[in-house]
Amino acid sequence: MGDYPSRSVNSTAGHLGVTPRHAQGAGSGVSPSAYEEPPIGGGGALPKKSRFSLETGFRGLSTAAGAMVLVIIVAIAVFLISKAIPAIQADSENFLTYNRWSPNEATPAFGIAVLALGTVLTSLIALVVAVPIALGIALFLTHYAPRRLATPLGFVIDLLAAVPSVVFGLWGRDLFQQPVRDFSVWLNHYFGWLPIFGGEGPFGQSLMLGGLVLAIMVLPIVTSLSREVFQQTPGMNEEAALALGATKWEMIRTAVLPYGKPGVIAAVMLGLGRALGETIALALTLGITWEISFNLIQTGGNSIAANIANSFNEANDTGRGALIASGLVLFAITLIVNMTARAIIYRRREFRDSAA
Amino acid sequence: MSLVDREMPQVVMTPDNIRSRRFPLVANLLVAVVAFAVSAVVVLTTGIGNWVLVIVLGGVLYLAGLNFAAGRVEGKRAARNRMWQAAIHTACLLAVLPLASVIWTLISKGAGRLDGDFFGTSMANIGARDANGGAYHAIVGTLEQVGIATLFAVPLGVLGAIYLVEYGRGRFAGTIRFFVDVMTGIPSIVAGLFVLSFWVLVVSKWFNDGNPEYSGFAASLALTVLMLPTIVRSTEEMLRLVPGPLREGSYALGVPQWKTILKIVLPTAAPGIVTGVMLAVARAAGETAPVLLVAGGLARINFDPFSGGQASLALYVYQQAADASKFAPARAWTAALTLVALVLILTIAAKLLARRNKLTR
Repeated sequence: MGDYPSRSVNSTAGHLGVTPRHAQGAGSGVSPSAYEEPPIGGGGALPKKSRFSLETGFRGLSTAAGAMVLVIIVAIAVFLISKAIPAIQADSENFLTYNRWSPNEATPAFGIAVLALGTVLTSLIALVVAVPIALGIALFLTHYAPRRLATPLGFVIDLLAAVPSVVFGLWGRDLFQQPVRDFSVWLNHYFGWLPIFGGEGPFGQSLMLGGLVLAIMVLPIVTSLSREVFQQTPGMNEEAALALGATKWEMIRTAVLPYGKPGVIAAVMLGLGRALGETIALALTLGITWEISFNLIQTGGNSIAANIANSFNEANDTGRGALIASGLVLFAITLIVNMTARAIIYRRREFRDSAA
Repeated sequence: MSLVDREMPQVVMTPDNIRSRRFPLVANLLVAVVAFAVSAVVVLTTGIGNWVLVIVLGGVLYLAGLNFAAGRVEGKRAARNRMWQAAIHTACLLAVLPLASVIWTLISKGAGRLDGDFFGTSMANIGARDANGGAYHAIVGTLEQVGIATLFAVPLGVLGAIYLVEYGRGRFAGTIRFFVDVMTGIPSIVAGLFVLSFWVLVVSKWFNDGNPEYSGFAASLALTVLMLPTIVRSTEEMLRLVPGPLREGSYALGVPQWKTILKIVLPTAAPGIVTGVMLAVARAAGETAPVLLVAGGLARINFDPFSGGQASLALYVYQQAADASKFAPARAWTAALTLVALVLILTIAAKLLARRNKLTR
């Protein structure tokens, strides 16, 4: 189908030398008026493309619906910026480096230093924990598990992705907190000399708890994307590796992993995007503090999204603007991360299509 | 007399000689037992940890021991293979544990308030000392918000996908496809902030005498933003699976393209599209953050999505989780159980529908 499919489809028939009489018979249901005066040439006997038809209307409608996506993304940026600018102008401190959040005072002073750090740290913990496990599961599903086990297990992983984040938050706070606290105490006892595991306590609602809950939430995304990538490994490559005497693991290392590398990187970045933007699970599991600290196990931590959820109810006009400004930063970061990830996938897709 | 027979007379070609030796299963289990026993002895006698550390250390010892022992029998490369296989199996076990724990907790803690009162009443006039109170208003809110969002997102998403598959060519369509993918990753809280700054703080003032108004409708706008890319993507994939000859047959009969799409392509792809929509609905029903920002979270029943604020099931869980009342956690867990049941039923139904879909098989 070309740019004008109704035309191009019909004109093919015209080129085959259909006589006007035949064409009239075949197409008379469409618009007979076009056949009054058949001009000379192949496609002339076919219905004229009318200027305003249902075809044009439908085409325009669907184009508008497609363009809506671009409109929404631009609108998000425009409206967030328009609400964020007055708040940032009212800020008496540096928005990027100040580490307190009191935008509702007479002289608003707020900055996202702590929030940005907490966002990045929790996401990093989540990725460090989730990515190896997710890759292991993806390999298991594609190359190790018998089909009878792989299908239900993949189903379970998909279900894990469907569980709402607020449920993970609740679970993390009410149930998972205790084991993590015990683990934190243990870490502090034996590895307290490391600054990230130091401190006097209390432990529990920490960056580590938030990061581990995030890890569970990121896991299904990374798993399902990298599973798809691994499945696409050409069977020839795998068989060639095995025929050269490679063991299964060597086959995976030499054929599957290199082939899937760009896809896995993209999957990890998409997981990162999800982790960065996660709100409610972190709002429930982090113990909110406003100290810049790399300590992973002491009660504390905060993140951009969690702060929006937590302080929205007390916010006045400036406070709301300040939260929107921090949301704008989050939007920009996730947009960059997602665009990079998608760009990797797209480059890969073109490469594959041209090679095929 | 062959070369082998001449050069190596002592080599006899029996099956034992030509096959590589294998590490027996019994030895494998033996290594496991020894590893965990050593781990238990070390950990428990020195008192550096509890049974969790025993398992973790035992697992590490098992992998190392397996690598060593199998290396002596089968050779280094085969032992490597074994070790990685064991590690990959462990990863799977690790992933199932949290899900099992979440589901177990949901059922054990959520069953407590699973009564008629919970599904029949709202939180109006429920104080901190009242043990009753329910989620009726929240269920109403969730259904209305998700319903309206579906009404917006499905036509938009399906039409957008039709553009991408049937009409869109060149750079513009490529850009749209790219940004649909990017939009999938927009955090839900950002969608909430967008609707807050666009609808609640600007547009809703026009209808409400200059005052910003929280409403369930605003929440459904935010959910639409979240559902749209998912629906476009899944519909696009389904439309691409519709065989080209079906379209060509229709064109050959003189049917215009728009009619072909509506009468031939869409019905063929319909089961797949419905699956995608159900998954998107399930995802939207579980979103808390956007509803928190723009719906206001009313404690009493409000059937009107356009004014006066609304709650939703997910928001209800969050609010009850933050509530100081000693009865709040029970309500939160029961609401969470209800929400998960709703979402999982939708997801499972969608997956079963997908399995019956003839296009994807």
